[in-house]
Amino acid sequence: MTSTTIDDAPFIEPSTKERRNYINDEYGVLSWLLTKDHKRIALLYLFSVTTFFIVGGLIAFLMRLELLTPEGDMFTSDTYNKLFTLHGIVMIFFFLIPAIPAVMGNFILPIMLGAKDLAFPKLNLLSWYVYMVGGIFGIIVIITGGVDTGWTFYTPFSTQYSNTKVFATTLGAFITGFSSILTGLNFLVTIHRMRAPGLTWYRLPLFVWSMYATSVVIMLATPVLAITLVLLMVERVLHVGIFDPALGGDPVLYQHMFWFYSHPAVYIMILPGMAVISECVAAFTRKRIFGYKFVAFSSLGIAFLGFLVWAHHMFVAGISTYSAMIFSFLTMLVAVPSAIKVFNWTATLYKASVSWQTPMLYVLGFIGLFTIGGVTGLFLGALGVDVHVHDSYFVVAHFHYIMVGGTIMAYMAGIHYWWPKITGRMYPEWWGRLSALLVFIGFNLTFFPQFLVGYVGMPRRYHAYAPEFQVLNVLSTAGATVLAVGYLLPMIYLAWSVKFGRKAGANPWGAVGLEWATTSPPPKENFHETPTVTWEAYDYPAFLKAMKETQHV
Amino acid sequence: MSDVTLHHGAEHASEPHGHGHHHPFLQHHFEDLGQQHEASTLGMWFFVAQEILFFGGIFAAYFIYREMYPAAWKAASHLQNWKIGAANTIVLIGSSLTMALAVWGAQGAKRKFTTLMLVLTLLLGGIFVGVKGYEYSEHIHEGLFPGAHFSFTHAPAEVLPGIQMFMTFYFTMTGLHALHMIIGAGLLLWFIKRTWRGDFGPEYYGPVEIMGLYWHFVDIVWIFLFPLLYLV
Amino acid sequence: MTDFPLFPEQASSVAQYVDGLYLGLVAITGVVSLLIWLVIFIFAIKYRRRPDNELAQEQEPPAALEATWIIIPTIIFIVIFVAGAWVYFRIQRVPTNAIEIYATGRQWMWKFQHPSGQREINSLHVPVGRPIKITMASEDVIHSLWFPSMRVKADVLPNRYRTMWFEATKTGRYHIFCAEYCGTLHSGMIGWVEVMEPTAYQRWLAGGTEGSLASQGEKLFEKYACNTCHMATPGARGPNLAGVYGKNVPLADGKSVVADENYIRESILNPQAKIAAGYQPIMPTFQGQVNEDDLLRLIAYIRTLGTEKPQITPVESAQSMQTSAGATPSTAGVAGTSPPAAAATSTTAPATGTNQ
Repeated sequence: MTSTTIDDAPFIEPSTKERRNYINDEYGVLSWLLTKDHKRIALLYLFSVTTFFIVGGLIAFLMRLELLTPEGDMFTSDTYNKLFTLHGIVMIFFFLIPAIPAVMGNFILPIMLGAKDLAFPKLNLLSWYVYMVGGIFGIIVIITGGVDTGWTFYTPFSTQYSNTKVFATTLGAFITGFSSILTGLNFLVTIHRMRAPGLTWYRLPLFVWSMYATSVVIMLATPVLAITLVLLMVERVLHVGIFDPALGGDPVLYQHMFWFYSHPAVYIMILPGMAVISECVAAFTRKRIFGYKFVAFSSLGIAFLGFLVWAHHMFVAGISTYSAMIFSFLTMLVAVPSAIKVFNWTATLYKASVSWQTPMLYVLGFIGLFTIGGVTGLFLGALGVDVHVHDSYFVVAHFHYIMVGGTIMAYMAGIHYWWPKITGRMYPEWWGRLSALLVFIGFNLTFFPQFLVGYVGMPRRYHAYAPEFQVLNVLSTAGATVLAVGYLLPMIYLAWSVKFGRKAGANPWGAVGLEWATTSPPPKENFHETPTVTWEAYDYPAFLKAMKETQHV
Repeated sequence: MSDVTLHHGAEHASEPHGHGHHHPFLQHHFEDLGQQHEASTLGMWFFVAQEILFFGGIFAAYFIYREMYPAAWKAASHLQNWKIGAANTIVLIGSSLTMALAVWGAQGAKRKFTTLMLVLTLLLGGIFVGVKGYEYSEHIHEGLFPGAHFSFTHAPAEVLPGIQMFMTFYFTMTGLHALHMIIGAGLLLWFIKRTWRGDFGPEYYGPVEIMGLYWHFVDIVWIFLFPLLYLV
Repeated sequence: MTDFPLFPEQASSVAQYVDGLYLGLVAITGVVSLLIWLVIFIFAIKYRRRPDNELAQEQEPPAALEATWIIIPTIIFIVIFVAGAWVYFRIQRVPTNAIEIYATGRQWMWKFQHPSGQREINSLHVPVGRPIKITMASEDVIHSLWFPSMRVKADVLPNRYRTMWFEATKTGRYHIFCAEYCGTLHSGMIGWVEVMEPTAYQRWLAGGTEGSLASQGEKLFEKYACNTCHMATPGARGPNLAGVYGKNVPLADGKSVVADENYIRESILNPQAKIAAGYQPIMPTFQGQVNEDDLLRLIAYIRTLGTEKPQITPVESAQSMQTSAGATPSTAGVAGTSPPAAAATSTTAPATGTNQ
């Protein structure tokens, strides 16, 4: 194997047949809005989630500005309460949950399986429309005055006390939930029934395993949120007491039902991140992921255990000492499969061929930040510490290390990794590396001080705070500006590269996987002929040999 | 087709439909009707699974409050007319039977029989929803609709809040169930049209089967609702 | 900006354990994380892509290695769990000799009531070196009472009592925060806990009050006509409440329940929930009539019934009890009044109460 076969593969002008791809196959707005092509739907999602990411990010930036001073002098407290509520709702329901599954999962998953499309293309399009309807409710809420319950909608505040747009918001979240359910259902059926000949379960890329686990969680947890929000809406509209203590209801029951969804929802957000990381680690080390089966089954382990730990959000909310013990113990167990993943990714680097290209920089950032996020989860799972740090900035820092340091780092890695496949163009490498560096530095500067200020005693969701917390908050706001630049850069240079980027060949990274066996961008039905898989997952020599043969035939 | 196939399941791997005579309802991204059928059936089972979790949430809440307010729950379930409920249960089981017969008919290409069975299913479903509507209007008349209109007084004052809570669950649970029935009825109309047109036959009856799965699921939900709301 | 702490003050007896656990976790996880990063960087640099390693060398993962990094973390995690639970028990288990303080949270203030009747808003005076037990409820939404310097926190619920405790170890002024988001002025629902020398605390207590909580509760007991049914005579419509606090109460359905604050509260607000054996479910609900402050007073009163030593009985409280006992003859023979046993105890009780 000489270096030219895998690296710096010369760009070969494609044949006329190959020049037809999913992007230039049809033209016109309607050809996009009514498309059933999973790749086009993925792009629709890409635009929508990016829009919501910008909205959520702007809100976050306003909050950080307010927190520069302890007095709470920039916004009124009502405005600030609406800001953090909207930040949470937009980022969780409209960005993090759909981001990786609906953009990269939609685009790559069927190609990885060698399928022409997802099992239910119409359903796929419907799920985007459902998502947009939910999103429009979100936008309407923002325009018409906002909502101030926190993204958790805790009762009885949300049902009896808040005077804001709680109904429209919960309805939006409820509707968006169905979008995830439809996507999850589509993925599950596709993975079960649409695999290419020869693609056995153990030949599947780890991305698919993780997406499978994600979809199971989506399917089994989201309906519980749906019914919980239905009950909340019924209570709010009819003024009856399901969760309202004044009418005999139990507000803590709401928390149980809410977290029964929302803890698994954490895994709906992080498992796809792990999916991307596994792909990128394999691609940028040119190596089979160490302990493939352990990584694959750890995803399922996380999905399963993730359903058993919801009450660790409620250690100080009034659950009994003994249930707190049980949930704390299970919380410790759910950390094990995540640790397995981190160790196996690390071990994959051993005697690897490590490339320091942008996606890999994001991957290294992910592993570093996710490790911090994971171990601080142990602090929160340990009962004695949780009593003190619960609902403090320590928690805020912890879940941002998982959600931003984990999921968004993975999202950025994946976008850069598959960008040549999606657009047929390379992004500018130097700018990519710069953005990865800025995001890493900015992120740590933003969120590490929050661990400290949380342990010192700053509660979350505080509009004004005690003066001794100011230094750390200023650091955090400073970091947020760096982070903002880090996120803005890719938006600019990726958009630029669509027109001006260097053209990418079918396999610019020399990576293994069916998505690299088709042209960039792929044709409408993904492959010119249905591929047959003869290699194990991430088996570089076998894959390259197979590719060589098909080209010569 | 290759040598290694975990692909479509053994029974369908043998003979993919060759080019030239694609079945009109074979979607382009499937290899053959067998794969399409299996995919959609599996999809429906996953859908039912998430429905179980959906209803499971409200059942869990129901049981927790039943434990909290046993006296009110008992009093409130006595306010339900179990005879109407039982009759409605029989109507719904009947509709499940006609639905099953419709699936059987579609498989055997019995066009008229299948259409008749689907119409009967729709009719029985309609009767069920109609009777439910009658029960609703009775309850509203009695002042049992929860919230601002709750004016029921024919019970000891202590259990009234619990009765209102029960009625909230009653209306939410049966309302969600009725919503599923109404969606099912809409689908049935569409299936009646397609059946009459002659879309279905031994090669292609999957959609009817899936419709049947949905209908049976909705019936089973009622089988749980009836004793919990009327008899306890 | 003069003050810039990176670590909170340790002002309670449990703080050292929480901090010990915290710092221990920082050490363990810090070392492990650093090791992971170090290994990643060494590998990523040592095995960076060069012309001679365009393709990586494949190795089969040794099962022993996988087993190692499954088993060792699992053991570490379980140790963390045990340590966390051990500290948690210290935080949860209330010492028996605690001073009992009642707290009410409402949008957006904290109200504290001392057993001797002092009430304060957004500030709490406690003596150093004595366990303080706080029994609390909310009047509206869920709040959460957090004393960062004491390392304790508990959500305050609108439908039942929760308790928490701490023992301050040094005098000073420490933050009180509401930790559960509760609406507009959530970040203004703050206050100070003033930890004082015991003598100073006694002086502070001696300030003006409206009579002890229990005596205020006794007045309410009559105002709401509780005493018409809950009297100590045989055949009374309601159970005799003398000495009921803390005892096991057999219920009509064969179960039994400990008559703690939550049970008494539930019996007032939702009387049908747990009927005492041998009584009819005839008590009306007082939901919406008795507010949280009054509930606490009623409970404080019921706790004193039938006890040899009432919780705290300053002079004026004993007098008020005598007044009510003295009123007994005037209404006796009609429906009864406060249970004679209780009246007897309170009249014979020493006027200087203790917090036993």
